[in-house]
Amino acid sequence: MTNPIDLAARATPAPVSRRIRGLSDRAIAWIFVAPTIFLLLAINIFPLIWTVRLSFTNYAANKPNAEVKWVGLRNYQRILTDDGIWATMQTTAHFLFWTLLLQVVIGFTLAWLINRKFRGNDLLTTLIVIPMMLSPAVVGNFWTFLYQPQIGLVNYVVELLTGTPASSFSMLGPGGLAPWSIIIVDTWMWTPFVMLICLAGLRSIPDYIYEAAEVDRASKWRQFWTITVPMVLPFLMLAVLFRGIENFKMFDMVALLTGGGPGNETLLTSIDLKREAFEKWRTGYSSAYAIILFVTVFGLASIYVKALNKVKER
Amino acid sequence: MSAWSVTEPSKLSKWAAGLLVTFYTIVTLLPLVWIISTGFKSGPDSISYPPKVLFEPSLEGYVNLFTTRTRLGAEEFAALPPPETWYDRIVRGSGMVIAGPSRFGERFLNSVIIGFSSTALSIFLGTLAAYAFSRFKVPLKDDLLFFILSTRMMPPIAVAIPIYLMYRELGLSDTHLGMILLYTAVNISLAVWLLKGFIDEIPREYEEAALIDGYTRFQAFRKVVLPQAATGIASTAIFCLIFAWNEYAFAVLLTSGNAQTAPPFIPTIIGVGGQDWPAVAAGATVFLLPVMVFTILLRKHLLRGITFGAVRK
Repeated sequence: MTNPIDLAARATPAPVSRRIRGLSDRAIAWIFVAPTIFLLLAINIFPLIWTVRLSFTNYAANKPNAEVKWVGLRNYQRILTDDGIWATMQTTAHFLFWTLLLQVVIGFTLAWLINRKFRGNDLLTTLIVIPMMLSPAVVGNFWTFLYQPQIGLVNYVVELLTGTPASSFSMLGPGGLAPWSIIIVDTWMWTPFVMLICLAGLRSIPDYIYEAAEVDRASKWRQFWTITVPMVLPFLMLAVLFRGIENFKMFDMVALLTGGGPGNETLLTSIDLKREAFEKWRTGYSSAYAIILFVTVFGLASIYVKALNKVKER
Repeated sequence: MSAWSVTEPSKLSKWAAGLLVTFYTIVTLLPLVWIISTGFKSGPDSISYPPKVLFEPSLEGYVNLFTTRTRLGAEEFAALPPPETWYDRIVRGSGMVIAGPSRFGERFLNSVIIGFSSTALSIFLGTLAAYAFSRFKVPLKDDLLFFILSTRMMPPIAVAIPIYLMYRELGLSDTHLGMILLYTAVNISLAVWLLKGFIDEIPREYEEAALIDGYTRFQAFRKVVLPQAATGIASTAIFCLIFAWNEYAFAVLLTSGNAQTAPPFIPTIIGVGGQDWPAVAAGATVFLLPVMVFTILLRKHLLRGITFGAVRK
């Protein structure tokens, strides 16, 4: 019995040691939770409050000595009436809609196929999930290589399959393809995420339900729509929640792939926010922007979780 | 189980499913294979069209990744003594000489230091908090747990604005300590949620027996709970490590030289006359390989980790 706690207990005077040994559960609970709460308060909550305060000012971080004026709600008013910001919101919505749709369709199909339990399905599942664990920044960077006009692998494959000359289009350049290019990379990266969650959903359906349906002579098609889909739906909705929040915040992968361009074609809100905050240094304005984004995510997520709970209860 | 079951898919459907999934796997791994192979191409081979599938392997990309090089005038170059090492020879082949090591080594080391330190700290704090949430009546428990989770909903850029100002005031900008604390704060929500799930699964009876045997709470925690939770702690640690390893937004905004990690550095690798793709590919490979290995190690707990413990297999 020479662990540090015993040593410490032996080295301390008797009354104190009795108190340490006899710490109430309540005291231990607080000692255990306090450091975490403290860290979150210092690095999450305090900065959040600071952001709220800054959002009512015209503060600029690159001019720390300039006079800071209280501007009331003017930042918020300007953001909500700015056409540019509504355009980035639309770009983000387009990105969200298509990535979620593609990932749900492909992810569910893959899970459904893997659930046939063919030989080697474990190995393939492990290989398929690799992209989602990689650094989005590095992924974005190397996809710019695959998307290079003229020399890139993507253009080459397109020419090989469809006959469209590789030099006639540019995935990241002007011509309207860039919004789809970022959707392709996000789908490549995150379809495995939806797949894994769907697979857990499919595996949670007990066999006897299908056996009962078989006894009732329900067709496979009917079984799929009345058993498989409703039972997997809560899982699928959870996957959409996670992906939705993550893609609303999307920054790293797209920042490296297009940086918002060409023009503003792929200017997602996070990238726009970065430009306002760290390139134009409009700190007060971008703080208000950040608060609006946070409230939007939080609001949408709360509504969605309510819907999710309703589906679960059914 | 009977030999024939209505829920067992037919041979044909298994075979077809296997084929389709194999096809998807090949297509999805193609970009990764392409990057890894580009790391072993020479400069001209990497940008040839049509892209070269078969090529003469070269370590030029890796040498360029770890060194900086300069071009000399023709006379100077001719006057040089013959190359001494294999990497000297590769660099001479393209008409240059090695001027010194590149920054990649430092950046990689920063990634290791910041990744491992923040993981250790999040696991330490997270295990304590998770144990308390799992075993004790903490007032406002559900609210606190939700609060911990909701800190993840903030867009990183939104968090970065006040952190940037705060770190500037405190002198934590571009320091290892600053990045370690920040990544710990981000990871701790994941750690608490995952670890609480793992500790919930350990029967309370074990600890209660230990308490009756005269152990204190601390001892019961250390000698009974921790060993039982070891697998859960290890997989949680890998998730935290992967997050810190992959993180880009905070790293690019809050670090510049001293504490910069590899993700913001890799895209800045530029060669002479355009991006040096073999070197970028080599950097990506060196950086991504550990994560691929960890993913394979983690496969059993992957689902739990990516859903904050909401889905358990």
